[in-house]
Amino acid sequence: MRHEQVETNSALMLLLILAVISVGGLVEIVPLFSINETIEKVEGVRPNTPLEIRGRDIYIREGCYLCHSQMIRPFRDEWLRYGHYSLAAESQYDHPFQWGSKRTGPDLARVGGKYSNQWHVQHMKAPRSVVPQSIMPNYPWLLTNDLDYSDVADRMRALRATGVPYSVTQQEYDANVKKFGPAIADQFDIGKAEDSLLKEARDKNFDGVPGQITEMDALVAYLQSLGAMVDFTKYDEGYFATFR
Amino acid sequence: MSDNKLNVRQQSGAVQTTGHAWDGDLQEYNNPLPRWWLWCFYGTVVFSILYWFIYPSWPVGQTWLKGFGTVDYTITDKKTNKVEEREQRWNTRALLLADLGEAANNEQRKAMLAKVRVANYDQIAKDPKMMEFVRSVGKGLFGDNCAACHGRGGQGVVGMYPNLTDDDWLWGGSMDKIHETLAQGRMGFMPAFEGVLKSEQLDEVAAYVLTLSGEAKPSATSERGKEIFHGQIGGCYYCHGADAKGVPSQGAANLTDKIWAIADVPAQKTLEDKTAVLKTFIANGVNNTRVMPAWKGRLNDDDIKLLAVYVHQLGGAK
Repeated sequence: MRHEQVETNSALMLLLILAVISVGGLVEIVPLFSINETIEKVEGVRPNTPLEIRGRDIYIREGCYLCHSQMIRPFRDEWLRYGHYSLAAESQYDHPFQWGSKRTGPDLARVGGKYSNQWHVQHMKAPRSVVPQSIMPNYPWLLTNDLDYSDVADRMRALRATGVPYSVTQQEYDANVKKFGPAIADQFDIGKAEDSLLKEARDKNFDGVPGQITEMDALVAYLQSLGAMVDFTKYDEGYFATFR
Repeated sequence: MSDNKLNVRQQSGAVQTTGHAWDGDLQEYNNPLPRWWLWCFYGTVVFSILYWFIYPSWPVGQTWLKGFGTVDYTITDKKTNKVEEREQRWNTRALLLADLGEAANNEQRKAMLAKVRVANYDQIAKDPKMMEFVRSVGKGLFGDNCAACHGRGGQGVVGMYPNLTDDDWLWGGSMDKIHETLAQGRMGFMPAFEGVLKSEQLDEVAAYVLTLSGEAKPSATSERGKEIFHGQIGGCYYCHGADAKGVPSQGAANLTDKIWAIADVPAQKTLEDKTAVLKTFIANGVNNTRVMPAWKGRLNDDDIKLLAVYVHQLGGAK
């Protein structure tokens, strides 16, 4: 192919430009699909429960990811501030993942279990009442908006299409029982999605408002699940370094 | 137009053209890259090939070229609790381990930590070197684990999270007691008196409690409140004590000082407002909302000890 042909045929040039600029992405991403050790073998990681799915949707709706990342990198300063670096395994059911690349606020990858539900509610309602130097906006409506959970089963079906093991058939349900235990497998049953969501919200009452299921319930449930699934005390620290 | 602008090198024919001619006579000179630049470029190519072999690089089927570079690190084995030297093929996670190992095994830090570990609280408080260590390490620990609720300086949030810089301690302010609070957590409780006491009785108790710390002068109302406080109906003295100075084993507040942990009395300007705030509080009590989480299991024993001393020295230690 002669230089002149490329320069005088804009369609051909466009195709060649696309081919060239996609090389960088392709060589970095595609091999990971076939490499065995991309996802660390680790216990405890599970998909989100129906309530957590809705919480995650609210997290995305409110644009939390614009200021908060969910990816702790393997550096000493991040280790000391946020905790154990994020594992690929921990976002294996996350579609799309919320790693982010911008930290106006702190990283949230290990925020689960770190603060009480009450703290989260207060902090979301009026961040400066608990952290005076905070620049986070107030999100008071989360506490008054009723949570819309009518389409949670559809959302689970969509996630199932991307490979998250929410169950439809008995066979899939049994596989989940084996993998995650019966209590969690029930929550992953798409047929019972709405009931599971209501049960979790009522039992744990994340927002502290009795008798009402608000968007705060879902968001706090989601936040409390972040980074809290893997018990790192069970693993020798050198173990994770063997996967890279 | 161009002929008279040709420079000497071009006129002499030292510079070739690319061979194209546009619009009849428009030509492009071909100036080759300088030699030194070209060799640098070849150098980077050679470097990248070496790089492939030293560091993780090309994917090959289900694995990848792992490189022959290695990282050495020291780590305390979780099972045997022994410090081990290990070697791991080069990657950023191993580099972090090396970095953390270096920090954890930093001789000075290790020595100080060992000293703090065996010292009792009195010894730590009297040793300026150890206190300096506690302040520098404790600041980070406090910022990471405690500051979200108690504030960066330990100032707390009135009504929600106790102030750690004053000398009023609900559960005791000695280092031992603070250690206990940190390790086991606390749950504040006060029964709701709405339903137990009538509205005017609540007013009376509130009026009496305000006299205890000198917020109000004794009156006929507060005298009636006093009877309720020390009597069977209110029974406030069970937890707050006959002298109303609080009982730390119950987490009951001292009512005779000017410090208010929950009802924000000092913020109210008039006596009516102060009484109203206090009345609402007594009516509702404290239930499930004043929880200090237990840190044992989340922080190691050294960290809890360092934090106990750090919190103690924040200002209001007893």
